[in-house]
Amino acid sequence: MTDAPAGGWTTGTIIGLDHPTDRLVRLRLHVEDRVDHLPGQHYVVRLRAPDDYTAQRSYSVASDPDDPLLELMVECLPGGEVSGHLHDVAEVGDVLELRGPIGGWFVWKGDVPSVAIGGGSGVVPLVAMARLAHRLGLRDRLRIVALARTWDELPYAAELQRYGAFIALTRENLGGRVAAPPYHDELAPYVDGAERAYVCGSVGFASYATRLLEETGMRTDAIRVEQFGETG
Amino acid sequence: MPVTRGFFGKRRPERPDRLPPGQYDTGSSWPTLTAEATPQLDVETWTMTVDGLVGRPSSWSWREMHALPESTYFGDIHCVTTWSKFDMTFRGVSVDTLLEIAMPLPEARFVMAHSTTGYTTNLPLEDVTGGRAWVVWEVDGRPLPRGHGGPVRLLVPHLYFWKSAKWVTRLELMERDRPGFWEQNGYHDRGDPWLEQRYQGDP
Repeated sequence: MTDAPAGGWTTGTIIGLDHPTDRLVRLRLHVEDRVDHLPGQHYVVRLRAPDDYTAQRSYSVASDPDDPLLELMVECLPGGEVSGHLHDVAEVGDVLELRGPIGGWFVWKGDVPSVAIGGGSGVVPLVAMARLAHRLGLRDRLRIVALARTWDELPYAAELQRYGAFIALTRENLGGRVAAPPYHDELAPYVDGAERAYVCGSVGFASYATRLLEETGMRTDAIRVEQFGETG
Repeated sequence: MPVTRGFFGKRRPERPDRLPPGQYDTGSSWPTLTAEATPQLDVETWTMTVDGLVGRPSSWSWREMHALPESTYFGDIHCVTTWSKFDMTFRGVSVDTLLEIAMPLPEARFVMAHSTTGYTTNLPLEDVTGGRAWVVWEVDGRPLPRGHGGPVRLLVPHLYFWKSAKWVTRLELMERDRPGFWEQNGYHDRGDPWLEQRYQGDP
């Protein structure tokens, strides 16, 4: 067994809620009997109707394990039953059923020198990793690459930039960088020396980023992937 | 557990009898979820092996597998990430056929399925026998796509779909259970969707 922490069902109270963009909602929750997570782990959020009908989805944790609150950044998907509720209905003070932390594969404990590449809201678990690295002074051990079409579509863009992430926007220029997918020679310094790679994003992004990493010299069996599909 | 304020549920299933607890009908889409980079598997060099606690350890090439009696599964599949997909048709060979040739020893009680990627998943032997498990290469009349485990994957549709190892290459029969890849990483050892056995610690 891996030694990743795991928590059972509990509840969390929404302490903070804001919409960084019209497609994103950030939830800050106080979790009862919280089990501290490792960066990269996720929680299940379960919504319950008055007749006990339930809907549940998994969301990666954005917060540093050291944060007293649990932070989730949820992208609102078209027709998303859970994300739509969190986006449009949820308010500060609401109590949600939660289960977590979960997962022992897509986790970074601060030990292995790694490169982490996220697409769009796929950067969320990478933010937890980056926050841990920043707090512990381990920035050399974690290189972050973030891809998005535009600055506004990239959650935590400013924070990631502060941490020294390489941000590649494909539809608008950023500073002196012309809009384009990342070039191999841009990526090389981030991949060089990394013993492990983390890839997180949509299914299409994950296969693209995996290939990009392989072409830049990353060993296939050192790549860990977290994908999300049409899971509302 | 508390009722969620303001939640009434808008994606209620049309066929709740077919949907295990906590699942939703994904309709025509088929999400792809993988923990590793998708391999490029060459059918000319791929083999399927059944070994461990068997009387006759056996291997089949791609052609030899296709010479075995064919078997079809028609029905539903359920992923732990909460989607279910109805009315899928998979074609391949029943695991029973492979085991008849390899002859499990009486002490064999569990199976570890191995993929070419190194991915593993553990199953009770009784979950892959009795017409409940297949090695498949075709879905809905077409070759299994690479992202869904093509050219060949295990299919154990009555359990959560991480048990249906993509790019399967070996079934190892064992006396004692031992956790596979996701099972070491927090997921349930059996994974029955009707009992909602998602994570370690579930009933």
